[in-house]
Amino acid sequence: MVGASSGIGRECAKQLAAAGVKVAAVARRAERLDQLKGEFPDKIIPFPHDVTNTDEIPDLFMRITQELGGLDLIIYASGVMSDVGRHEFNTAKDLPMIEVNVTGAIAWLNEAAHRFERVGHGSIVCIGSVAGDRGRVGQPVYNASKSFVATYMEALRNRLHRLGVRVTTIKPGPTETEMTSHLHMKKMPVEVAARKTLQLVGRSGEFYLSPMHKIAFFVIRNFPSLLFRRLSV
Amino acid sequence: MSDLLRDRLTSISGFGMSAQEDGYCFRPTHPEQVREIFEIARTTGRKVVLRGAGRSYGDAAILGEALILDISRMNRILSYDPQTGVVQAEAGVTIGDLWRLGIEDGWWPPVVSGTAYPTLGGALGMNIHGKNAYRVGTLGEQVLSFTAITPSGSFLTLTPDNPDFYRIISTAGLLAVIVQVSLQLKKVQTGDLDVLALAPRTWQEQFDMFRRYEPEADYMVSWVDCFGKGSQAGRGVFHAAWYQHGITGAGHTLSLTHQDLPDTLLGFFPKSIVWRFLKPLNNRIGMKVLNRAKDFAASTLGNGKHHPQSLVGFSFLLDYVPNWRNAYLPGGFVQYQSFVPKEYAQAVFARQIDLQQAAKCESFLGVLKRHRPDRFLFSHGIDGYSLALDFKLTSKNRERLFELAHQMNELVLQAGGKFYLAKDSTLRERDFMQSVGTAAIAEYRQAKEHFDPEGLLSSRQAIRLGLSRSSDLGMF
Ligand SMILES: Cc1cc2nc3c(=O)[nH]c(=O)nc-3n(C[C@H](O)[C@H](O)[C@H](O)COP(=O)(O)OP(=O)(O)OC[C@H]3O[C@@H](n4cnc5c(N)ncnc54)[C@H](O)[C@@H]3O)c2cc1C
Ligand SMILES: NC(=O)c1ccc[n+]([C@@H]2O[C@H](COP(=O)([O-])OP(=O)(O)OC[C@H]3O[C@@H](n4cnc5c(N)ncnc54)[C@H](OP(=O)(O)O)[C@@H]3O)[C@@H](O)[C@H]2O)c1
Repeated sequence: MVGASSGIGRECAKQLAAAGVKVAAVARRAERLDQLKGEFPDKIIPFPHDVTNTDEIPDLFMRITQELGGLDLIIYASGVMSDVGRHEFNTAKDLPMIEVNVTGAIAWLNEAAHRFERVGHGSIVCIGSVAGDRGRVGQPVYNASKSFVATYMEALRNRLHRLGVRVTTIKPGPTETEMTSHLHMKKMPVEVAARKTLQLVGRSGEFYLSPMHKIAFFVIRNFPSLLFRRLSV
Repeated sequence: MSDLLRDRLTSISGFGMSAQEDGYCFRPTHPEQVREIFEIARTTGRKVVLRGAGRSYGDAAILGEALILDISRMNRILSYDPQTGVVQAEAGVTIGDLWRLGIEDGWWPPVVSGTAYPTLGGALGMNIHGKNAYRVGTLGEQVLSFTAITPSGSFLTLTPDNPDFYRIISTAGLLAVIVQVSLQLKKVQTGDLDVLALAPRTWQEQFDMFRRYEPEADYMVSWVDCFGKGSQAGRGVFHAAWYQHGITGAGHTLSLTHQDLPDTLLGFFPKSIVWRFLKPLNNRIGMKVLNRAKDFAASTLGNGKHHPQSLVGFSFLLDYVPNWRNAYLPGGFVQYQSFVPKEYAQAVFARQIDLQQAAKCESFLGVLKRHRPDRFLFSHGIDGYSLALDFKLTSKNRERLFELAHQMNELVLQAGGKFYLAKDSTLRERDFMQSVGTAAIAEYRQAKEHFDPEGLLSSRQAIRLGLSRSSDLGMF
């Protein structure tokens, strides 16, 4: 579970551990991971790590699979969303989103894809976002990073599904986590988002977490560009 | 370090396909490389699991995240004397390679399993038996000497006068890697056996037939219909077979073409696809009907008749239908074989089948054999009988099946019986300990400490049975 120290990732890790699954919990904040381990001492093993240190990942991945005694599922939930103003074009704020949401995802999921391709089983889940469905005025780079995730995952799916590997992109809408604590809007409780995510493990495809989002984003995705640019969404 | 292993990852399962794990596969071609693999295990902090042809049904030759030392490419015949029938071979040589080597000179492997694919190393790891077990014992008893490499890297060559000979054979690859074997083949005059088929109707008749033919037949085996109930319980088909002597003009039966199993059934039906037709029948109803039909045919058409059958046809019946095990997909199956002293065998096996019927978990196949005791450390040899069973595993019946197996295990233990690691998926540590006895376990631990003090050799089964400690694995 990459990105296990807060939000959707942490909740997924907890629900998995509660169901008896051994979970390697990866994120930077070690104290948070230790706290998780405190809750599930014989199910969670913490691995403090910053996903932007991509060089570490191949060896760490091997260490984790060794400790777990195998691997059935990887969930990549690490993600950041910088606070970007409507008129801001700020590379320093933008690039970290690429490093975590994109580069980190590639580095971890490539390892998993390589492994699962060889053994012919396994599930890859990446948390994308409804935000990846369109480029919008508020968050150009966050949008693009999530759109990257969807396309990259689609390609993995097309490579691996035939071998028995399941590749799932989850597109949550606003969810109650630290990432969105400053936003005032209707949000899905994180426990619910995690539960729905875990229910989708093993199903290849892209999934929204509520029927409302499915419909709304169907409309948004297909909204003609000429008109979309006139809206301020 | 990850580069050393990354591309060797493979998924392996037991033959029953009910247990599957992923490990890093090494397929050495030379004994020297075996040492290097132990070195890699040390530097990466991993276990090593030995694997031959992977014909053990359960989890004896698998272990997740371990280095899989697959011996099947060390498969050279090192020497062979057509006069004496003594062959020296690397441990990856298979039973099939052996009969092909010797048959034209009238030499046949003295002990064979129901399939020709096992390697010598794997077969000695388990110390396999054949349908002649009551007469010649296990494969280990036919070995003149063998060479093994210990995890620390030393070569040992052992003969039957050395106590370690009886420890390394039979202990499921947990003490050392057998790399070379010297074996005495059995002289045969013709390539055919004289086979007698009889149709016992009850358990009593089954055991009467074994007792009747034990003094004279070279092979005995009986198939039991596990769906037979009440007065029909124990019905089946018994086969006794004899080597043929003093027959002239049978030279052609010693040729490969006479022995080789045909590629088609009835002359035209490609065998490679037969399992697809079996699959829809591979459930309780289908198997009930199929068992009944087989029983009917045998009791009416074949009963009491003698017929010649090639050694290969008689011995490797299960190789007739390639990939038959796929009919058990997706869940796979559990093979269960227990060994019970002759005084109690009839009662225990009858009760095992009653329990299956009560649980609606009947074995689709039952095979009864006669055995004799031997000196090997984890021997399954016993002065009694064994019943081998195949249970289809599904996501729904898993718990029920394991519960049933535990009940059957209890019966075997009460009767002072034994189990066979090659065909085990269900034993718990205490069951195994009780079956082999505390003295054997103590002797094993001492030998383990001596040959493999770092505990490098392991398997999923060994962990399950407390023969290898998972705590050294870095797992929790
Ligand atoms: C269809 C079928 C029919 C069978 N019929 C019979 C039968 O009639 N009688 C019978 O006795 N068995 C029977 N078996 C079981 C089979 O003979 C044994 O499981 C045998 O051990 C398989 O050999 P393998 O080469 O596939 O070894 P594997 O299954 O790969 O390994 C067997 C064990 O030996 C160890 N091992 C592997 N290589 C070495 C080595 N070089 N040195 C030391 N240990 C090693 C492994 O770690 C493992 O514990 C049957 C199996 C099948 C699938
Ligand atoms: N919340 C929403 O409304 C919403 C909606 C749609 C999609 N999403 C997506 O869902 C995913 C999870 O987000 P969340 O809402 O749960 O946010 P969160 O509570 O802020 O959690 C983000 C997780 O990512 C980890 N992370 C961030 N930077 C990292 C780095 N450099 N190295 C390793 N781990 C890092 C964090 O761990 P450390 O900080 O300890 O390293 C934390 O565990 C993200 O991909 C997000 O884009 C969220």
